Amino acid sequence: MAEIDQSKIRNFCIIAHIDHGKSTLADRIIEMTGLLTQREMQDQVLDNMDLERERGITIKAQVVRTVYKAKDGEEYILNMIDTPGHVDFHYEVSRSLAACDGSLLVVDAAQGIEAQTLSNVYLALEHDLDVLPIINKIDLPSAKPKQVISEIEDVIGIEAKEAPQISAKTGQNVDSVLEEVVQKIPAPAGDPGAPLKALIFGSVYDSYKGVIISARIMEGTVKRGTKIYMMATKAVEEVVEVGYFGAGKMIPCEELPAGMVGYITASIKNVSDTRVGDTITDNCRPCAEALPGYKKMNPMVYCGIYPSDGAKYGVLRDALEKLQLNDASLFYEPETSMALGFGYRCGFLGFLHLEIIQERLKREYNLDLITTAPSVIYKVYRIDGSCIELTNPSNLPHPSEIEYMEEPLVKAKIIVTTDFVGPIMQLCEERRGQYQSMEYIEQTRAVLHYYLPLNEIIYDFFGALQSRSRGYASFDYEMMGYERSDLVKLNILVNREEVDALSFIVYKGSAYERGKKMCAKLKEEIPRQLFEIPIQAAIGSKIIARETVKAMRKDVLAKCYGGDISRKKKLLEKQKKGKKRMSRIGNVEIPQKVFMSALKLDEK
Amino acid sequence: MKEMKLYVHIPFCVRKCNYCDFLSFVADKEIQERYLKALEAEIVGGSKAFMDYEVSTVFIGGGTPSLLEADGIEGILKRLKQNYFIREEAEISVEVNPGTVSEEKLKRYRESGVNRISFGCQSTLNEELKSLGRIHTFEEFMESWEFAREAGFKNINVDLISGLPGQDVNSWERSLREIASLSPEHISVYSLILEEGTPFYENQEKLNFPDEDSERMMYESTHDILAVYGYWQYEISNYSKTGYECRHNLGYWTGAEYWGIGLGSSSLIGNIRFRNTSDMKCYLENSYHPDLIQEETERLNKMDHQAEFMIFGLRLTEGVAEREFEKKFGIPLRQVYGKQIEKYWKAGLLKQERGRIFLTRRGLSLSNMVMSEFLP
Repeated sequence: MAEIDQSKIRNFCIIAHIDHGKSTLADRIIEMTGLLTQREMQDQVLDNMDLERERGITIKAQVVRTVYKAKDGEEYILNMIDTPGHVDFHYEVSRSLAACDGSLLVVDAAQGIEAQTLSNVYLALEHDLDVLPIINKIDLPSAKPKQVISEIEDVIGIEAKEAPQISAKTGQNVDSVLEEVVQKIPAPAGDPGAPLKALIFGSVYDSYKGVIISARIMEGTVKRGTKIYMMATKAVEEVVEVGYFGAGKMIPCEELPAGMVGYITASIKNVSDTRVGDTITDNCRPCAEALPGYKKMNPMVYCGIYPSDGAKYGVLRDALEKLQLNDASLFYEPETSMALGFGYRCGFLGFLHLEIIQERLKREYNLDLITTAPSVIYKVYRIDGSCIELTNPSNLPHPSEIEYMEEPLVKAKIIVTTDFVGPIMQLCEERRGQYQSMEYIEQTRAVLHYYLPLNEIIYDFFGALQSRSRGYASFDYEMMGYERSDLVKLNILVNREEVDALSFIVYKGSAYERGKKMCAKLKEEIPRQLFEIPIQAAIGSKIIARETVKAMRKDVLAKCYGGDISRKKKLLEKQKKGKKRMSRIGNVEIPQKVFMSALKLDEK
Repeated sequence: MKEMKLYVHIPFCVRKCNYCDFLSFVADKEIQERYLKALEAEIVGGSKAFMDYEVSTVFIGGGTPSLLEADGIEGILKRLKQNYFIREEAEISVEVNPGTVSEEKLKRYRESGVNRISFGCQSTLNEELKSLGRIHTFEEFMESWEFAREAGFKNINVDLISGLPGQDVNSWERSLREIASLSPEHISVYSLILEEGTPFYENQEKLNFPDEDSERMMYESTHDILAVYGYWQYEISNYSKTGYECRHNLGYWTGAEYWGIGLGSSSLIGNIRFRNTSDMKCYLENSYHPDLIQEETERLNKMDHQAEFMIFGLRLTEGVAEREFEKKFGIPLRQVYGKQIEKYWKAGLLKQERGRIFLTRRGLSLSNMVMSEFLP
């Protein structure tokens, strides 16, 4: 392989709001540069998780290297990084941005700028990246490219007049995007002869190769045999293989010089040795100082995750460890629940992040899980002056020890078509929102600014938003700190025993309502048993709501003759299986779906 | 010689009742004729396999077997006698729906060997009969009842259903007393089951079904009232005067071998459960060759047999005998099911007395819960 000419490398990413077509554009680029033939193409090549294809979203950043022969006759190496769009995956975005020298901003010609368009642009600007706008979906009848261009110039303040107007779907004008990349995105800098300095921006575990590190080489060169030193974890390993990313496969190469993006394997078995954001250097010739790495993202939403089959605890631990390898924002620590046994308290960036991790655990590790009600981090100030950060409602000190509590607030920005401003404002009021301001982006669309308690948006706020705006609202938020609030712990008692997995912290003014709903829901979901079961909601020792599951009186097949026997046996088998999927609290059997449906109290 | 039971299915009805999910339908005379021919073919075709069996009971059920002319029933019984060894004292039952029989017809049944009649009465109140979708009134039942006694039947069952829309404990008790005072030898009382796909199931929200508590009160009062009239409850839904328990049905609950003839009929022969096709066309064409119409074959292993022994044995109020279990399977009952018995004995659903294990009153109503734990 000829020596790589640094000036012919372009490292860039694609950023966009959900659904504006960035994965489709990535597909087209891969196809047009001949990396895959049309026959090999399937939609959203880079979204290789089933979950990503199903939901049409990108969860994990993906890298792919292609070679493009530009109009100037030169061949360029394009390292393209596809990034997630949702606010919950900021961490992923931030990581991929650090590996790039420029970014393409895809904007839907019909939808225009949306909440996450903005937040991703700001993120790119924070990383000092050039942002090249691309107007996509011009094939749509509702496309208004001119309007969108002026929107980009007005709202974001970047030049967009010459932005390529394309349709990633049909392939129209996509070549102009490639020219744009070659001409406007700067070539990487860095001295291939300097001491090695590379940024880890991703890693996955492979059972044959060990940990596979995705890295951007900033300075120096890495090749087989290099003794690498991970500056934060202080691990030293010898490189076994380096290479770059084809579409969905890894292609080994001689070396990765400064400016390149590629992978490194070094028979690393211990996943915790390779921390995303860490700097790799040469153990024999270390660089002077580490790269700044990433801003650490702190989890904002916590919940307990338990295997429904207690024997799978170890599998769950391994799965979480492997997921965390590639998602440093995922936090977990062991916890025990009276009702659910051994599991983990996990921290997430948001509710979508939680849902995605839960789905991945189920699908990729074949785990059957029970998730407890999500909780945010509360600050509990005790009478003795100390303060604890509470992530698990079970650990709330006795009310007599508490001076006061604080809950996290977010600055929420909701973009909605003017028809739905009313219902959305109502929703925000219901969720204890404090109205700040409203402005019109254009005649038919407004931006609402609210302060909202985070614990009000982790319960299906996004779903409620979508249903009340018929899907026309987009939502973004940022943390803004803590505020003193009147909070209580709502205990749920089943047959007079407190069920830790169902207890949660709630605003005092909503406690009565929530307790009542919860009891009603549980009454619906807990099957009648041999004895009467009281279900109570309580604050401290005060019962605020009660329902009763009456004792079962009838569970019998009246008729059973020759022709029915096989069928009746199947019915009984089904009943027996159903029983296995129950958790026991005292001598009450609770179906595991109860823990799930308790999370969905706000539906309807 | 081994013992077996024979069941013959007649899948025809005048109309389909609102609660019924049995394999039955309305069919014209021509189909009925062809079906009888096919039955004969199956009877003859299957006989080779049962050379070393004696038949202890025959049950002709449906549908509405009494829809057939007397010749039909006579023909079936004649063929059976020609091809199988039917014991002298065999119990031979036919299901009869009121309004489909004359005195003459019942006399002919009697002459052709039928010695037990099972009447589908279901209720004594005409409005209830109407809501069930029955074709007869209570007066018509009374008429058929008289005919049967006149024809000389000394072993008659009457079917009733409790838990009907609009029924309450009082109206149920009145109906029950009215039937008991006729003094039939046997009464079957079924708590209504809402079966998927039936009009009752589809419209359950609109129909005024009694709640679970009153429904169970009806069940308990059935036991109490019938006891006064001299009936004993020998199974979850069956009551009789002493010595008139249905011998055919007892076979199902005690693991007897039985062969089901006709469309969709089920059989247990040796270790194998199987079922005939429910496809009329297939049945009519192939009934002579048992292999072509048998499906859903299930081979029972020892564990299955043990579970069935418990599950179906516990339907009987006398339950199961420990000695019999051990004799049959060569292992003490408690060694296999000690844990389950202990659990439900403690919960008050099972009782153990004089070497027998049986359900308590409460256990009878919650029997699914208990039985499901005996499954392998």
